Amino acid sequence: MNPIQSLVKDLADKHGRKRESLLPIMQGVVAQEKYLSELAMIEIAREIDISASEVYGTATFYSFLETEKMGKYVIRVCKTITCAMKGKNQVMLTIQNMLKIKLGETTPDRKFTLLETNCLGWCHKAPAMLINDDVYTELTPEKVREVLSMYMKENHVN
Amino acid sequence: MANSYLLKRADFIFRNENDWEKILSNSIKKKPADLINELISSELKGRGGAGFPTGLKWKLTSEAKSDVKYVICNADEGEPGTFKDREILSKVPYKVLTAMAVCGYITGAKQGFIYLRGEYKFLEEELYKAIDEFEYYCKEIKLEFKINIFMGSGAYICGEETALMESMEGRRGEPRNKPPFPSIEGYKEKPTVINNVETLAHAYTIFKEGAKKFYDLGVQYSRGTKLFSVSGDTPKPGIYELELGMSLQDFVYEFGDGDTKAVQVGGASGFLVPRKKFKDAAIGFQGKLTGISLPTGGSMMLFNSSRSMFNVLDNYLEFFREESCGQCTPCRVGCQQLLLGIKAVKRGDKPASYLDKLMRLTETMQLTAKCGLGQSVANSFSSIVENFREEMIY
Amino acid sequence: MSDKLNITINGFQVSVKKNTTILEAADEQGIRIPTLCYHKDLCIAGNCRVCVVEVVGQKRLSAACATPCEEGMEILTNSLKVRNSRKHIIELLLSEHNADCTKCYRNGNCELQELASEYKIMTQDFIELVPLKNYTIDAFSPSIIKDDSKCIRCQRCVRTCAELQGVNALTVSHKGDKMKITTFFEKNMNQVVCTNCGQCVNHCPTGALVEKNYIEEVWEAIADPTKHVVVQTAPAVRVGLGEELGLPSGSRVTGKMVSALKRLGFDSVLDTDFTADLTIMEEGTELLTRLKKALVDKDENVALPMATSCSPGWIKYIEHMYPEFLNNLSTCKSPQQMFGALVKTYYAKARNLDPENIVSVSIMPCTAKKFEAYRPEMHDSGYRDVDYVLTTRELAILIKQAGLDFNKLDEVKYDRLMGESSGAAVIFGATGGVMEAALRTAYEIVTGREVPFENLNINPVRGMEGVREASIKIEKPAKEWAFLDGVELKCAVAHGLVNAKAVMDAVKSGKADYHFIEIMACPGGCLGGGGQPIPTNPEIRQKRAEAIYAEDSDMPIRKSHLNPEVAKLYKDFLKEPLGEVSHHLLHTKYTKRERY
Repeated sequence: MNPIQSLVKDLADKHGRKRESLLPIMQGVVAQEKYLSELAMIEIAREIDISASEVYGTATFYSFLETEKMGKYVIRVCKTITCAMKGKNQVMLTIQNMLKIKLGETTPDRKFTLLETNCLGWCHKAPAMLINDDVYTELTPEKVREVLSMYMKENHVN
Repeated sequence: MANSYLLKRADFIFRNENDWEKILSNSIKKKPADLINELISSELKGRGGAGFPTGLKWKLTSEAKSDVKYVICNADEGEPGTFKDREILSKVPYKVLTAMAVCGYITGAKQGFIYLRGEYKFLEEELYKAIDEFEYYCKEIKLEFKINIFMGSGAYICGEETALMESMEGRRGEPRNKPPFPSIEGYKEKPTVINNVETLAHAYTIFKEGAKKFYDLGVQYSRGTKLFSVSGDTPKPGIYELELGMSLQDFVYEFGDGDTKAVQVGGASGFLVPRKKFKDAAIGFQGKLTGISLPTGGSMMLFNSSRSMFNVLDNYLEFFREESCGQCTPCRVGCQQLLLGIKAVKRGDKPASYLDKLMRLTETMQLTAKCGLGQSVANSFSSIVENFREEMIY
Repeated sequence: MSDKLNITINGFQVSVKKNTTILEAADEQGIRIPTLCYHKDLCIAGNCRVCVVEVVGQKRLSAACATPCEEGMEILTNSLKVRNSRKHIIELLLSEHNADCTKCYRNGNCELQELASEYKIMTQDFIELVPLKNYTIDAFSPSIIKDDSKCIRCQRCVRTCAELQGVNALTVSHKGDKMKITTFFEKNMNQVVCTNCGQCVNHCPTGALVEKNYIEEVWEAIADPTKHVVVQTAPAVRVGLGEELGLPSGSRVTGKMVSALKRLGFDSVLDTDFTADLTIMEEGTELLTRLKKALVDKDENVALPMATSCSPGWIKYIEHMYPEFLNNLSTCKSPQQMFGALVKTYYAKARNLDPENIVSVSIMPCTAKKFEAYRPEMHDSGYRDVDYVLTTRELAILIKQAGLDFNKLDEVKYDRLMGESSGAAVIFGATGGVMEAALRTAYEIVTGREVPFENLNINPVRGMEGVREASIKIEKPAKEWAFLDGVELKCAVAHGLVNAKAVMDAVKSGKADYHFIEIMACPGGCLGGGGQPIPTNPEIRQKRAEAIYAEDSDMPIRKSHLNPEVAKLYKDFLKEPLGEVSHHLLHTKYTKRERY
């Protein structure tokens, strides 16, 4: 069994093999692999006994279930109204300058992927971003630099 | 009239009381019918934004015939400008869990779920700890009720109750046709009570303090208190519990920065109220005060005169263009047309009169979209264009 | 308690059954409410919103297809509010749609076009969305072309692929403005589990999914004086074609069709029914041989139940989904491919033609037949056995292009040598037909007597039930079939691949102990094929089925083994069923394919 197969199998053992197990299984794969590869989706389809296209169709509905390979740290900058009003673009520019990537791209070392996302629910502390599951709020260019530097140090454990 | 109503702060929801065990054990000694009557007489309405009477919802499910029923707590708080549910779940989760269990006791549901939005993943661990302790107590008092967390994965539309159920069933979060309604045919086609986090927290207050205490707060048709998520151009962004029925004037007086140009009530799918209408606008479900009544999930976004309403609308529409589930024509295509339309007018590619055509389109979207979201996506457009037309035109 | 409800529609009081939707109630009153995502074959989606109506007292409009009537409901199907909204929705759909109608294959038979015409949408005020999107046309499949720029996202194809066929090659992906109909990882249709059945094409309201047409290729062949163009027509075409040419559904147009084909310039107009009879000879013998091996030789390697192999959609389905059962398939080629192999050998020799110069065309109710003809193994004549496959719809296009007044054509018989057929062959076009034809012949071979059913009509295998079972007890067989004495021959018939799945799962789990199963990929069998006229729905399929069985009853010969041309073929060329020549030309093998 290749690693993906065993990962999917373990997740199916944990969450069950019914249709309602689909999201938890996909989330589990993304948590580990950072995205849902073609192979992973095929394995999931096999485990739950549904068609591969249904897995694909369901996965692509959800913004957090990526179907392209992401970096180790996925940065999602909120672009909805309050964050936009409170300096989201400056946050974005700061990140782009630091990581030397554009929106939607992944750093060559596959450490970071930069994305935008819709409302994170931190409007009172805008602008906000997620790095994987962790939230950073009331961002300023300075604060962004601080946070990112922390992540950029290889020994950062998360 | 509206002027006479002053802002009334309250403190029920976040008041930290360690008495949930008592409330739970006392509640399940009462007759389900009595508990339902308590809820009905409190006139508690859904705090997610739609405002359906909570007691009636529970009653319908309690009367539905089925061996299996479910209680779902809707924590897919995705409406731009709301962040209250996260605070409830992180500060007073036991109130929500207790209300869910009481609901289970009343309706006969033995399984509860919390549908937690993917963006709040960091809450999951703490919440499970609370659930473990809670379930342990349930066992002690011989109440058969389990709660699981179902994580969302980044889809605003899953806040719509039937889309949420589709999502829980492992499908795309596309809203269903109604009828049937979830109270009768919900999750896995079983009778299901689905309530917003805050609604459950209020239910807790009602079980604890009695219906009257709740009913005596607020105004006619809009009883009790409500959490407001305040953001935008305000010196004090945050979450506030206020009695319903206040005028927007009073609200702005309290929360504005002295230069408030407009307030978006109810999030991106809500309405924008310009300064000149503040005093006529009441925050509540259908309070026939002097002017407009604004039901809301509690999102209050303030804009001062430095803000361009074109940009605000552009931001909302882009949000909906992406977050519409895409299944029904008016919402999927309508959102794209509204967004492209205001840009075209702004650029001068379309005449100003094109805004009128789009205004008529918003009516169609409200009339014909399949779900509540689709019916309300155009609200921001119609209210902003109506009041700030000059900002839309080249 | 009454099971009736009183409602008013447009002010008129009517009484309807409980659980009637507004759409059905209006239809009963002769009021047509426009629809797009609604199809009688499919579950209710309620997503296009074209069918919205006003229910007095309600703030919002309701989708007529998805809203059940309630007591006292006052429904307005054509109020100003309804009209304006509906018009908006049509305009929105058009703004999202590549509305270059004159260049569309479905021009003239498009539900969106009809609605636009009905509502007189004369201008396009909304911004055209098509140029803003990166649409590509997927034309890699030999059967189906998928053009997303014409898609209105009604999801009829997705529901068809899932509910009728259980294939799920098509799915809905993404959301919001990016929501679209696609396949696994947006691969081309020829790279996924698609069976090419064409039911998606048949259920598509617009030109987003169409068959790959070979109309020009056929015209060119006809125009080429060096080519001898032979055409064969499948059984179900003769009961469908009329619909495309203005006749009511269920019209039997065999003679007119033959006449039309001759006038189009085909050199020889022949009948797939001929090889349907031949199939029965080969497949019937194969079944009896397998039974003998299983029952007498106790050979455990014999695969039973034996499954029919006429339906190329079914073949590709089993290759993907149940590859472990490929040995259960009859090795017989489909009648189309038997025909193709014989045209360039037997027929060429008899007519003294160089097979190199023969162009073999077939008219099929089917899009999967296009794929079948392109299978690499279908070259047993030394050439591509069948060169071009046209659907019933494409034939109608040829007829229209030639300016033929179809109704005025006289009735003409098929040409000889491979034009003769029996009633048993024509029922191949209906679900259960192959089974019935096989039983008529096999029973008689074994017992020397006709099947014990009145007028040879084996009613238990007829009808539209998804899965039907029948058994025939064999009594007093001829000497050489003595081992079958008292054997109860158990058969099952399924149509629509979702029903095929049910049968195969029963076989797989060991719950079913059939000897012989007939499976047709399309609902109703070939008469409901993906290449048949649009629309096709339950009522239309019923009418076509009645026509098929009427054709059968009117045939002088009703049993395949009595077809004199088939007898001649064996005498002159094949020698015997399952013989060496047969084996080479008429039988095939199957390919294991990936399910994912």
